[in-house]
Amino acid sequence: MASRRKRAGVRPAAGTAARAAHATVRGSGEPPDHEQRLRALARERTRVGLALTAAVFVTYFGFIGAVAYAREALGALVVPGLSVGILAGALVIVASWLLTWVYVRWANDRYDPALRALGGR
Amino acid sequence: MPVNEAVTTIGQPSAIAMGFFFLFISITLGITYWAARRTSTTEQFYAAGRSITAAQNGFALAGDYMSAASFLGIAGLVSTTGFDGLIYSTGWLVGWPVVLFLIAEPLRNLGRYTFSDVVALRFRQTPVRIAAATGTLATVVLYLIAQMVGAGGLIKLMFGLSYEQAVVVVGCAMIAYVLFGGMIATTWVQIVKAVLLLAGAAILALMVLMRFGMSPTALFAAAAERYGAGVLAPGKLVSSPLDALSLGLALMFGTAGLPHILMRFYTVPDARAARTSVFYATGLIGLFYLMTFILGFGAMVLVGPDTIRAVDAGGNMAAPLLAELLGGTPFLGFIAAVAFATILAVVAGLTLSGAAALSHDLWVSVVRGGHAESGEQLAVARLATIGLGVVAIALGITFKGQNVAFMVSLAFAIAASGNFPALVLSIFWSRCSTAGAVSSMVFGTLATLVLIVVSPTVQVDLLGNASAWFPLKNPALVTIPLSFAVGVIVSLASPERGAAERFAVLERRLHLGAADE
Repeated sequence: MASRRKRAGVRPAAGTAARAAHATVRGSGEPPDHEQRLRALARERTRVGLALTAAVFVTYFGFIGAVAYAREALGALVVPGLSVGILAGALVIVASWLLTWVYVRWANDRYDPALRALGGR
Repeated sequence: MPVNEAVTTIGQPSAIAMGFFFLFISITLGITYWAARRTSTTEQFYAAGRSITAAQNGFALAGDYMSAASFLGIAGLVSTTGFDGLIYSTGWLVGWPVVLFLIAEPLRNLGRYTFSDVVALRFRQTPVRIAAATGTLATVVLYLIAQMVGAGGLIKLMFGLSYEQAVVVVGCAMIAYVLFGGMIATTWVQIVKAVLLLAGAAILALMVLMRFGMSPTALFAAAAERYGAGVLAPGKLVSSPLDALSLGLALMFGTAGLPHILMRFYTVPDARAARTSVFYATGLIGLFYLMTFILGFGAMVLVGPDTIRAVDAGGNMAAPLLAELLGGTPFLGFIAAVAFATILAVVAGLTLSGAAALSHDLWVSVVRGGHAESGEQLAVARLATIGLGVVAIALGITFKGQNVAFMVSLAFAIAASGNFPALVLSIFWSRCSTAGAVSSMVFGTLATLVLIVVSPTVQVDLLGNASAWFPLKNPALVTIPLSFAVGVIVSLASPERGAAERFAVLERRLHLGAADE
């Protein structure tokens, strides 16, 4: 507890950064205190992480499900040589890239500025 | 011993392959000498002084992760089964986004050297450290056996060394990297390997595509024309959907519980660099698995499944045979050296994380109660490195000729069931208790081991029995949910006030980082 007060005291949040952090707390009228803002940020991070994990999960196991239960559909050709299955496999890899990109954008644009406002590095 | 001498020189000692091999050994030992002079503290030995950049760590993660199984194994599987092999190409990648979303940054902010640091943070040290180190060692040893046995067989095929010589050479090189150069040498060996592997695969893929007017679809069409449209569609590899689901779960969540991968996040300066490094790693690994599509179908069309199976029944020589066909003996030598580098980088990472579990988690945290001088910690870590290396060589020779491919998926299943649930519960759930975390790890590890013994993998494939008591080849579908359930139920049954109170400190540090670094 002592170290927390010291940290907050040594590094007061800068005005603009504090507003950025505040923006991550939804529906709060009064500027919430340091502790509550960190809680809210922690909840938001967990939500984003779990939502994106669910997205990867659905993508990959959707693919596996199709392999198991929709063999014929996956064997159909999109163009000569390219079956739906091969395209879908490549798209699972592309989707993994896109989802990691989405997370990194969120973390760099929203999470990091909010952290800096709370005295993080 | 080449089965078909007209087709390949694989199996005969090749001056060019030996040349590349000695070049790689000299370069990596040079790196080790350079790294050894920068390795005098535990932070340098375990975490490369936290001086690795995000891009460097991205390559090193890729080098740590992509094993010979992914290069030779998947190319071989695609070349002999077509589409079915691609199921593995995607499965080996999808754990990486999960590592990024849930694990990488909290791990960097909460721990120092091992993933046990994070699990143990708000709990009683001794039981948690012992359980986490056991999970780590089980994963590492199984993975090491699979790599050593694979290495012995491959090097025997490619360089004409005897199996035992090959295992000893791999073991000695890996001991040298880790013992003298610690994490700094291991990191750079992994970076060199990742560059070599990606470059080798890219050159090979380009040479294949040049034969087909630079069009992957023309290549796939040629495969379908020659071997039937079935090679582009799901075949009989996934005969049981539950088996596919279970293996997929092990690959996805096992990646997020592999100790040698998790350890790499301590080598970067901060959580942001850890995040960026996983982004790079996902890009590189995904690119590599996309190229395995081309390599596999290229080998199918240009070399032919029958020739591939004739040289090695498992299909592992598909990529080397393709290299020889397209680039002659010199390119075969290069690809052989790449395969060798691939194995060395993985076993070095495994040995280092095993040594960290023995010295940092067991000796320093349990035996010494967290108080040991830097010099003593380093000495124990180096002793553990030698011990693990000798054990790996001995096990590699013991398991000669055994079918150990299943041990890789077993290692992933233990990482997914023994390590991952406890890691997630301890980071994200305030009511998790010491007893809950420990029982989740012990249960996950033991249940996985027991179920694999009674599974068709061991009973039918290995022992030749007609049937097995447990229906799934990989137990992850059962053990991951149960391991979470055990952690939750035991935690609720044994509330721990201190652990709950310290969760606020953990949550703060998870986001803001440790102030004392």
